[in-house]
Amino acid sequence: MALIETDHLEKRYEVGDSIVHALDRVSLQIHQGEFVAVMGPSGSGKSTFMNVIGCLDVPTAGTYRLDGIDVGSMSRDALAEIRNEKIGFVFQGFNLLARTTALENVEVPLLYNKDGSKNRRERALDALRTLGLEDRRHHHPNQLSGGQQQRVAIARALVNNAPLVLADEPTGNLDTKTSIEIMELFVRLNEEKNITIVLVTHEPDISAYSKRIIHFLDGKLVSDSVNKR
Amino acid sequence: MINFLSTAKISLRALRANKMRSALTMLGIIIGVAAVITMLAVGRGASNKISEQIATVGSNLIIVLPGSTTASGIRLGSGAFQNLTRADAEAIRQECSAVATTAPILNGSAQIIYGNANWPSVVFGTDENMLEVRDWTLSAGRNFYDQEIRSAAKVCLLGQTVVDNLFGNDDPLHKTVRIKKVPFVVIGVLAPKGQSMMGQDQDDIVYAPVSAAQRNLFGRSFPGTVRSIMVKAKSTEDLDRAEQQIKELLRQRHRIGAGQEDDFTVRNLTQMMQMAEQASRVMALLLAAIAGVSLLVGGIGIMNIMLVSVTERTREIGIRMAVGAKTWDIRLQFIIEAMILSLIGGLIGVLLGILFAELLSFFAGWTILISTYSILLSFGFSGLVGIFFGFYPAYKASLMNPIDALRHE
Repeated sequence: MALIETDHLEKRYEVGDSIVHALDRVSLQIHQGEFVAVMGPSGSGKSTFMNVIGCLDVPTAGTYRLDGIDVGSMSRDALAEIRNEKIGFVFQGFNLLARTTALENVEVPLLYNKDGSKNRRERALDALRTLGLEDRRHHHPNQLSGGQQQRVAIARALVNNAPLVLADEPTGNLDTKTSIEIMELFVRLNEEKNITIVLVTHEPDISAYSKRIIHFLDGKLVSDSVNKR
Repeated sequence: MINFLSTAKISLRALRANKMRSALTMLGIIIGVAAVITMLAVGRGASNKISEQIATVGSNLIIVLPGSTTASGIRLGSGAFQNLTRADAEAIRQECSAVATTAPILNGSAQIIYGNANWPSVVFGTDENMLEVRDWTLSAGRNFYDQEIRSAAKVCLLGQTVVDNLFGNDDPLHKTVRIKKVPFVVIGVLAPKGQSMMGQDQDDIVYAPVSAAQRNLFGRSFPGTVRSIMVKAKSTEDLDRAEQQIKELLRQRHRIGAGQEDDFTVRNLTQMMQMAEQASRVMALLLAAIAGVSLLVGGIGIMNIMLVSVTERTREIGIRMAVGAKTWDIRLQFIIEAMILSLIGGLIGVLLGILFAELLSFFAGWTILISTYSILLSFGFSGLVGIFFGFYPAYKASLMNPIDALRHE
């Protein structure tokens, strides 16, 4: 069974009199352990695709199954629960909470989890340790470098043992050297922990780290190919 | 459900990040709560003082006075008629079901002499029921015996002021004082009551048997008549009924035909004082209402600042939603934040209110009464204000679209 399975996924917006197809009948499967790079020019629909598979947005038509669950018709709160348990997000702008330590930032998903209160601190600390940031646990985001902030964000994405990590231009705000470090980290997580990674980027250098590259154009899935590293 | 403690911690941190703003927001609640506490303390202090004074006069009291009369064409005021008798007092006690007891009064001023000391006071000729009527106790000695009233025994009870002026530190019991040059033996001392509502010294008084007062002190043209009758009703609820029964009984006893005016007046002492108490209570409520309005204004301030805070933290809300915060997780976070604001404000307000009230009592000499009830009321109310005015901003936050919220700059 595929971790992500979409069937004729559509997302339409009405802009004035015309209808914009942000997603146009997208059907694809992503299996556990894959490392997929999503590419395409801006406005191609790749962000909408990420929002839908990230359960932040619901499709207008078509079906989307995440881990076998049809999430198309779920309520806001049910979607929140799915996001909490199955998906880790990594953003371009890191999106850490200011005035909050690295450790507490990593704890945030556990605050909203049914079993999150058990060993919350230890679990967050474990996640930070995996990312090599144990000694930075009491630092606030503004005391950390960009690469460190992004690693805290990745620790936050991992803390709930989510099978899927969605990364939206995770290296967009980082210099080349740090970008390479972060991408190597993703590769390691993918290979060692079998975490499924779906990553949006428009840089070929970055997509080169993935195992599979899909291209969007005008809302349509135009190419889907295996990438040899 | 989101962990309450960690939410409170997050809220506190958010409030600390904007210290000045949080403090100014709290100020509204602080002033409101402090005002409620101070106003209630002053208001309750006043009404309590009045209640206490009512209690010193005696509770559920009715006074029966003779009516007015005309002598040689001159109208004499109420009380001039000599038509109330000890028998009337007896009859009221026996026959009116709403009446607990009665005491006749035949009073007048007199100079009291003991040894080389003398003191002017008011002597009340009465009977052994007087102490019960006025809820008065003795600090020494005993009450009159029934026998002493009937035999016009020359004994008396002295008020504390009289004792102080005549005896100093000596024991007055069994000593003989002279009232209008007639010797009376002191058999008891009345417990001090202090000032009355009108500022009279209630302890400047002498009680003597009504019979002795009539025979030896204040002779009357019609023997057996008294100046007034004090009646104690069984309860506050019985006051009106007692008044009615007394009127009917006296009209019957005085043979007043239908359509004729009463030849006596019935006054309800307690009612008058209760009215005063009521007025002070209304005043206290009014003050509390004003204070409540300022609390409300404080609440609006909280709502205002929470709305600003929600807008400022849109991105944070988006992040929390993305990692799994549900509708109520977000709502609770902001409601708890508003509650913490208002409860801290409430706490400071309570302390300030107590301080103000104490200062008023210390410098202005006002009677204050700070009740746990008023503290709990205003503290609880400030918490409710937080929930109430925090809800709308929290509701707004919870309805945000996570995608838009995450993109918010």
